[in-house]
Amino acid sequence: MWTLIQIELYKIFRRPRTYIAFVAIAALISIIQFGLKLDGKSYADFLMKDIGGSMEIDGNIINGYLICYIMLQLLLVHVPLLVALISADMISGEANMGTLRLLLSKPYSRTELLLAKFFASTVYTIMLLVWLAILALFVSMWIFGVGDMFLMKSSYVVLISQNDVFWRYAGAFLFATLAMITVSALGFFLSIFAENSIGPIVATMSIIVFFTILSTLNIPIFNALKPYLFTTHLISWKEFFDLKVNDSNEAIMGSIQNPQRIINSALVLIVHILAFLGASIWIFNKKDVLS
Amino acid sequence: MKKLLISLFVFHFSLFTHAQDMTTLIAKVKAKLDLVTDYEAVGHMKTDVSFIKAPLGKVKVYFKKPNKFRLKKEGGISLLPKGGVSVNMSSIIATNEFVALAAGESVIGGTNTRIVKLLPTNENSEIVLTTLYIDEANLLVRKAITTTKENGTYEMEMNYGNFSKYGLPDKVIFSFNTKNYKLPKGITLEFDDSEKSLSDAQKLKNKKGRVEITYSNYIVNKGIADAIFVK
Amino acid sequence: MQQIVQVTGLTKQFKNLTAVNDLSFSVNEGDVYGFLGQNGAGKSTTIRMMLSLIEPTFGNIQMFGMDLEKHRREILRNVGAVIEKPDVYKYLSAYDNLQLFARLSGIKPTQKLIMDQLEMVGLRNRAEDKVKTFSQGMKQRLGIAIALIHNPQLIILDEPTNGLDPQGIADIRNLILQLSREFKKTIIVSSHLLNEIEQIATRLLIIDKGEKLVEGNATTLFDPAQTIVEIQTLDNFYALMQLKGSKWADMLQKSNNNAILLKVDRKLIPTLHADLAAMRIQLISLQPRNSLEDYFLQVTSGNQHVDTYSN
Repeated sequence: MWTLIQIELYKIFRRPRTYIAFVAIAALISIIQFGLKLDGKSYADFLMKDIGGSMEIDGNIINGYLICYIMLQLLLVHVPLLVALISADMISGEANMGTLRLLLSKPYSRTELLLAKFFASTVYTIMLLVWLAILALFVSMWIFGVGDMFLMKSSYVVLISQNDVFWRYAGAFLFATLAMITVSALGFFLSIFAENSIGPIVATMSIIVFFTILSTLNIPIFNALKPYLFTTHLISWKEFFDLKVNDSNEAIMGSIQNPQRIINSALVLIVHILAFLGASIWIFNKKDVLS
Repeated sequence: MKKLLISLFVFHFSLFTHAQDMTTLIAKVKAKLDLVTDYEAVGHMKTDVSFIKAPLGKVKVYFKKPNKFRLKKEGGISLLPKGGVSVNMSSIIATNEFVALAAGESVIGGTNTRIVKLLPTNENSEIVLTTLYIDEANLLVRKAITTTKENGTYEMEMNYGNFSKYGLPDKVIFSFNTKNYKLPKGITLEFDDSEKSLSDAQKLKNKKGRVEITYSNYIVNKGIADAIFVK
Repeated sequence: MQQIVQVTGLTKQFKNLTAVNDLSFSVNEGDVYGFLGQNGAGKSTTIRMMLSLIEPTFGNIQMFGMDLEKHRREILRNVGAVIEKPDVYKYLSAYDNLQLFARLSGIKPTQKLIMDQLEMVGLRNRAEDKVKTFSQGMKQRLGIAIALIHNPQLIILDEPTNGLDPQGIADIRNLILQLSREFKKTIIVSSHLLNEIEQIATRLLIIDKGEKLVEGNATTLFDPAQTIVEIQTLDNFYALMQLKGSKWADMLQKSNNNAILLKVDRKLIPTLHADLAAMRIQLISLQPRNSLEDYFLQVTSGNQHVDTYSN
């Protein structure tokens, strides 16, 4: 099994395609950072224009912490694509290349092979998020400095003390990793049905985009559906950036408004991962390899 | 007719003498405040606005005559009522461009105060009306209600302690009206269920905002570089 | 002689197509086993079932005396295969591909082993080149090197000469003979071209439409004195019962509802005729075929095969 995992990782990291994702993330992030470095003031003014007409913000809100949050939000759409680029190719790519039949006639069970492949794509996903964290968080902290984090939510704003932020990012990135592994598991599941990698990649993205739209729409019939859509839970990392308040409306340092929501979302995602992986193994074991 | 004229005259006169009184009182208060050419204070700021979740924050406040004011919060970001906190006592009565009117007496926090209404004589003044509750014995402003053209009405309540001799409060409470705050969920990318936002909306019904600053120490008249006031 | 492969009653049904129907055959140690049939006859399906890529609908596959379903891992460790096109990882070099598949086959190859293997298939000087720069023939040879790297007892080559030029075909043929003679490997090689197989095979299986037509030693099958005789009767079942109980039983090849095939010495055909009458078999026709080649060409009547064959 360890040999299989090593081989799968070797294959992933020997492919030029793998590095597209790392380059893409670096490019996107450095463009945003460059733009904010040049013209952060006007972006800040735009954000701070007024909150509710009666308050004004004093100080520079454009610091490393806020920038990382903005980027995580923006990249929410891109990172699943980059994850799917590899995970949705894990089986279908081999079928397309013609190596699948050779691989499956080797003395390993299909279950072992799938687990090794899933593990390898998970390692890739984790590395992608570590890369994202390095660039979006640490580099931004280095370029823009740190400070209090000011966030505008739909019905209130949150101000988090600068020494209360970092651990939230640790949690957020851990959660985001779980969310991206879910995307990876979906792509992986779809990849067992196809003999080219474009189909599963497009299918994975379509499902995510479609579900995300359902999750975003505020229409009563869809609202009932929302808790069951995994896309609703993909962004629960944001819950780390909401604080509880005490009776005098004073935010409590180190608190999270809805810890239960994070736990629920994490559980929903874990169930999805296990379901996708389980279904992949079950179906793939019965599948005749004709490619 | 004559009676009426007389009574009018008397009324005018009494009004004038009252105004004179009040102007003197304000001048006295101002003289006391003028003892302070600059100060640097440390304290804690607490923001209590329905749609703001902010923790208690350490602040440093700088003041320099005539009206330089700067509040610096540790961590860099502070949420303040628009145009509010910088309206401190000295800047309100720094100018002489107002008419002071007596408007009775009141008890604030167990202290008898005179109510003085200040009407700006300058048409372009941002301030429409300021009502001061002045502790005549100690020449301290206990409470000030300022109505502005653009930013609504503020209330400032001040408690005094160790630095009352300079007219500097230990605690200032700003109260002000807040307007509604709402951003579309599409912009904030929130997928919250509707029940959650309902309860938030209910919270919003409390439209009164408060910012409390509790000062723990002042350094008075030790000189402050102008650079501090540059944002 | 040990039986390396024993296939019994192997059947594969895809939705409404029976790709392989009740196929039985056996491969002995040291055989170069020619597996012949036109495209779509079921060769690849059979080979894929032997490699556990396709699950049989019915039937049983035993290899090295073990059941494939139960001892898949042990069996596959001893099998090397090139399945249809020799596809490998194009973004890796020949050396890296060989190393990767060696490890997948359960061995830790030394650099020398890999280079020796590449030497054998004539790719030593291309070891570090990415496979995407390789010609079809080079890929085919690399595929064979991959099939051999873990020193398996049984080598399965599915259409190894597909898409190769005459020189490439000759190279592969020589390689197969070398593997058989020098390294004593058991080899199953499939093809739709009879002339390719007849030069190297020691035993032969011909299938058509998923069913066995002929199986036997190459020497006897290709013996010019031997003739395939096709018999049609009013009651083939009865005829078959009778033949199985007679001295002709050993010569029976394949039977179905339409015809019974026997491989007999040309001189014995009149005796067969007489015996059939004696057994009260109601004969419709008795047709001798000239040779196996003649017969194969007839059953694989697609024009392309004849064209290719005439090359």
